[in-house]
Amino acid sequence: MKKRIASVLFALAFAILPCVTAFAAEQSEIDALRGTTLYVYNWGEYISDGADDSLDVNAAFEEKYGIEVVYETYDNNEVMYSKLKGGGVSYDVVIPSDYMIERMIAEDMLQPIDFSNIPNYKYIPEKYKNLAHDPKNEYSVPYTVGMVGLIYNTKMVEEAPDSWTALWDENYSDSILMFNNPRDAFAISQSILGMDYNNESPASWRVAAELLKEQKNVSPAYVNDEVFLKMEAGEAAMAPYYAGDFLTMQENNPDLSFVYPKEGVNFFVDGACVLKGAKNKLAAELYINFLLEPEVALANAEYICYASPHTEVYTNPDYSFYEDEILYPEEGKFKTQLFLNLDPEILALMSTLWDDVKNYVPSTGSSNHAFFFGGDSDSSAVIDDGEAMTPEAKRYALYIGIFAAVCLAYVVFRYARKKYRENI
Amino acid sequence: MSSRSSLKSKLVASPYLVWSVLFIVAPLIFVVYYSFTDASGAFTFENITALSKYAPTFLRSIWFGIEATIICLIIAFPLAYIISQKTEKVQRTMVMLVMLPMWMSFLIRTYSWMALLQDTGIINSLLGKIGIDPIHMINTEGAVILGMVYNFLPYMIMPIYSVMAKLDHSMVEACQDLGGNRLTVVRRCIIPMSMPGIVSGITMVFVPSVSTFYISQKLGGGSFDLIGDVIERQFQQSYNYNLGASLSLVLMVLILISMAVMNRFTGEDEEGMVI
Repeated sequence: MKKRIASVLFALAFAILPCVTAFAAEQSEIDALRGTTLYVYNWGEYISDGADDSLDVNAAFEEKYGIEVVYETYDNNEVMYSKLKGGGVSYDVVIPSDYMIERMIAEDMLQPIDFSNIPNYKYIPEKYKNLAHDPKNEYSVPYTVGMVGLIYNTKMVEEAPDSWTALWDENYSDSILMFNNPRDAFAISQSILGMDYNNESPASWRVAAELLKEQKNVSPAYVNDEVFLKMEAGEAAMAPYYAGDFLTMQENNPDLSFVYPKEGVNFFVDGACVLKGAKNKLAAELYINFLLEPEVALANAEYICYASPHTEVYTNPDYSFYEDEILYPEEGKFKTQLFLNLDPEILALMSTLWDDVKNYVPSTGSSNHAFFFGGDSDSSAVIDDGEAMTPEAKRYALYIGIFAAVCLAYVVFRYARKKYRENI
Repeated sequence: MSSRSSLKSKLVASPYLVWSVLFIVAPLIFVVYYSFTDASGAFTFENITALSKYAPTFLRSIWFGIEATIICLIIAFPLAYIISQKTEKVQRTMVMLVMLPMWMSFLIRTYSWMALLQDTGIINSLLGKIGIDPIHMINTEGAVILGMVYNFLPYMIMPIYSVMAKLDHSMVEACQDLGGNRLTVVRRCIIPMSMPGIVSGITMVFVPSVSTFYISQKLGGGSFDLIGDVIERQFQQSYNYNLGASLSLVLMVLILISMAVMNRFTGEDEEGMVI
């Protein structure tokens, strides 16, 4: 309902909009862009697209500037990065997360934004400026911000969890979901162990990986977007996910509840950036500025349900999530950490460790069980390097061996029979 | 004269040649190139030696592939035979029914199995209505194999059916005339004659089952990897083309070996190759 009221507001607001904005770029330069094309690459479901009477942001931009928007989406930062690195594509605007922005700056994939073309940058409060991933505010304009938390189904969980260790609770075996991407999964494990998300010590990453392996005792399902389907259907008791998405899920399943675990959570800032080699840089800047128009930012905030870093949005009493406790919790209430770009060696290590975690099969009655939560934390315990043949692998080897032997025996049998018949 | 016609035939073949060089040979060369280089492009064996830790994943994928193939064969052989015995009109309808699911996206079909199999899914809620406790099906090995069988079954039915449809019925009659009972007819006559279809069916099911990645992620809950998952992750998430390529190379070699072995089954089998 709120959305509908809001969309009426936009309609009114748009009538007066053109006279408000003042660009450094000449009006004639902007007019010259009519008929050109702008390529935007963003997360899926990450812009108000006109569904449910919301504002269709891309269409509104096209109408205002006469610039055609080609809009494509990706599932996660790494997919976006691989696609851009792989070449063969060319976009103007991308909206990656903090650590990826930092990595792309380091690898010279972004170009500085001309902030004189983004007058609406004034709506971004100081606390979202000068963050570690873009310390001089040259390359990115915050688009959404948010935090990760623990979603749980009150009908399935007896006691409301307040800690990430709930995801290791064997009472909820088979009904725990987990992030299917290494960075977020490791962050949970690192929170429990009290580590820095961005620490550069290989040993500590190995320890965090051991904890993730131990989680296999509760056989978690590793999910991406399926988390919506599974949590809404009451298929799983607990899942770590983004606070904004929890609000979407809760609309469909009121039994769901949310908590920011006490060990601390990841805080992220997704920012709009202009790619190096962008063919339509001025249009890209117009687009980024357009995203910060109060009406557009409000429409996006209503649609995406993530927290907005836009002062005119979160101070607007008509906004559905105005002073929402989950999206805009009191500052300093719990520990938050930003992801930063990691050293390439640590990134490579994280990938291999994640492969190990995914392939790890807990042996039943395993001795390293309760290795972390058990009484005596013997730190000299052997850390499995993932190269040993697990019992499961041996079992498969045995099956394949038997199968091959049967096939071989059959071939030999036929051959022998043929020879025998020829001799008759 | 003959040289001119061969030139002509070369000209006719050239688009296909260009096509296969561009889209088959060139990618293969890239795979080999990436598997033996590191991120900076220097020659290395590191990617190959790093593979040892993926041995369990390879074994699991191969075993799942074998299981799925055997189940497909057991279902497809009688079904193909039954279809081939019907009148032409019925045959056409039944073949279309087999092909029908393939008109939908493979991804959507697999995603819907998730909705069917999960604990609160359609099957379990139906079971609940008739008083049976829910069975945990999703995120198990069985669910992954079911997904493979479901998705790849038509690839087994079609080749077997197309061979059986052309099967010379007088052979079957001859077999019966010589005193063969039903079992003997199937064993000594129908199976050997449909061997080419069976072999191509087995390859067409085994190869995609071994290398699949989507099914295990959705129906297996991502709690265990198949080799396809690892490869996908190297390209999409880790941006480690070199390791991904070397994994693909080994997978390709494994598949080529198993296909070579399969072909022995038909090639050597003279008594089977009547046609």
